[in-house]
Amino acid sequence: MNVYTPILILGILAFGFAAFSVLTASLTGPKRYNRAKVDAYECGIDPTPQPEGGGRFPVKYYLTAMLFIVFDIEIVFLYPWAVAFDRLAFFGFCEMVVFIITVLVVYAYVWRRRGLEWD
Amino acid sequence: MTSNQFGLFGTDPWWLVLLKVLAIFVILVLLTLFTIWWERRVVSRMQNRIGPNRVGPQGLLQSLMDGIKLALKEEVIPRTAHLAVYWIAPVISATMAFLAFAVIPFGPTVSIFGVKTPLQLTDFPVSVLYVLAIASIGIYGIVLAGWSSGSPYPLLGGLRSSAQVISYEIAMGLSFVAVFLYAGSMSTSEIVAAQQPVWFAVILLPSFLIYVTSMVGETNRAPFDLPEAEGELVGGFHTEYSSLKFALFFLAEYINMVTVSALATTLFLGGWRAPWPLSVWASANSGWWPMLWWLVKVQLFIFFFIWLRGTLPRLRYDQFMKLGWKLLIPISIVWIVIVAGARTLRDQSATSSSRDTLFIAAGVILLAAVLSLVASSRADKRKTQADEARATVAEYQVDAGGFPVPPLPGQQAVLTSRRDSAVGTTIIQQRIDNQENADG
Repeated sequence: MNVYTPILILGILAFGFAAFSVLTASLTGPKRYNRAKVDAYECGIDPTPQPEGGGRFPVKYYLTAMLFIVFDIEIVFLYPWAVAFDRLAFFGFCEMVVFIITVLVVYAYVWRRRGLEWD
Repeated sequence: MTSNQFGLFGTDPWWLVLLKVLAIFVILVLLTLFTIWWERRVVSRMQNRIGPNRVGPQGLLQSLMDGIKLALKEEVIPRTAHLAVYWIAPVISATMAFLAFAVIPFGPTVSIFGVKTPLQLTDFPVSVLYVLAIASIGIYGIVLAGWSSGSPYPLLGGLRSSAQVISYEIAMGLSFVAVFLYAGSMSTSEIVAAQQPVWFAVILLPSFLIYVTSMVGETNRAPFDLPEAEGELVGGFHTEYSSLKFALFFLAEYINMVTVSALATTLFLGGWRAPWPLSVWASANSGWWPMLWWLVKVQLFIFFFIWLRGTLPRLRYDQFMKLGWKLLIPISIVWIVIVAGARTLRDQSATSSSRDTLFIAAGVILLAAVLSLVASSRADKRKTQADEARATVAEYQVDAGGFPVPPLPGQQAVLTSRRDSAVGTTIIQQRIDNQENADG
């Protein structure tokens, strides 16, 4: 059996369990309609009207997501290097120091441009 | 060995795979039920309460009963919800939580019904990367739940949660690099084997501390539980979820807690291997005993989670992001360079002094972290003081118009005497009287 097949079987079991519970809950629970109950919950005040098409998110979240991608790709480059470190020897170390320095330049730039500030 | 095998993994007969899958499923559900009860009891003790003790011995069946109760509750689906996504979000969350556990090693190779098999569902050369990938897919559940509810609080909670998890995933990913460097592998079983003489938590202490910090941020637990900050966001992303859909999110949160604890055990605390005084006993690392050591180590981490929740107040969101982006990430990067340098030194000169170098470097880097924290808090304080000094003290009364109002930035509270506040009360009384007169 392939090493990835057990994951598929566990996934099927977990998905089946989750789907089963979600479906059963809609059968076992009572249903009493109430107009106020199906409104969006806002501590009892009238719900805020929802903007068309989902509205706009603060740009900070996009910025965080982009920075995440930049640094995550850096990590992905570090992983194979770390695994093969002993074989790469001194050359590999020097190469990675150069790579990390370039990443640190980017990091310092983002920091200076206040990309890491939240407010 | 064929190409799709990895050691003994991939050789199990189908019934054994089914058995292991079922065992993992049952263990995770039981651990969740136990952890919820355990958390409630421990937090109660920390707050001078008793906690649930009625249902079953010591209240052990409490979480099971809560689950059954949730199944019998009405499902309230908001009118504004995007139905398809709203239904699938808890399923994604729960499924991914279970899946991450597939590569966690519980113990050594044992013999089950005459078949020799490792106590681990499966393993492959990149299994830690797989855990990271599955954890990232789990975020979709949270973000989609927040978005599909069609309600402001869940939307904010979902966005916050995703920003938080991806921020801390970087620090978490960087803390693994030193481990891979020492183990020479990304497979969980080989990392456990590589910790034979000494745990990675000892020789790679900064990595361990960074991982422990980021695993709390990653699972949205106190003091980093900003996505569910009750005071500001009601319930966070699951505000609009009820009945078993809510239970699935709850289940996913606790399974994630167990998973990150198990990963910490595997990567840093020697996995299922017996700790020092026990390892003297020859058969401590064979047979079924290692499952017990594994469970004890995981429970230690879970207790740590509960302890944090009982002790620390929640961080402000900007402080939290600052900790992740400005402290954990640079420290991890510098630490990786130091570890790599020490290892190169060892390979070059073939002396045993590299461990000492590493310990000294670890001390220096921890000191630098503490100093930078102190310096930044000092700078913050100076900045606040400068702001306060610069701001003109505007005219401001604490109970303007009879209602107490907090001072805005740049304003300073003017202390009112008892008589003045009494005047305030009188104004309110007069208003009420006027209202009643108008009504009457």
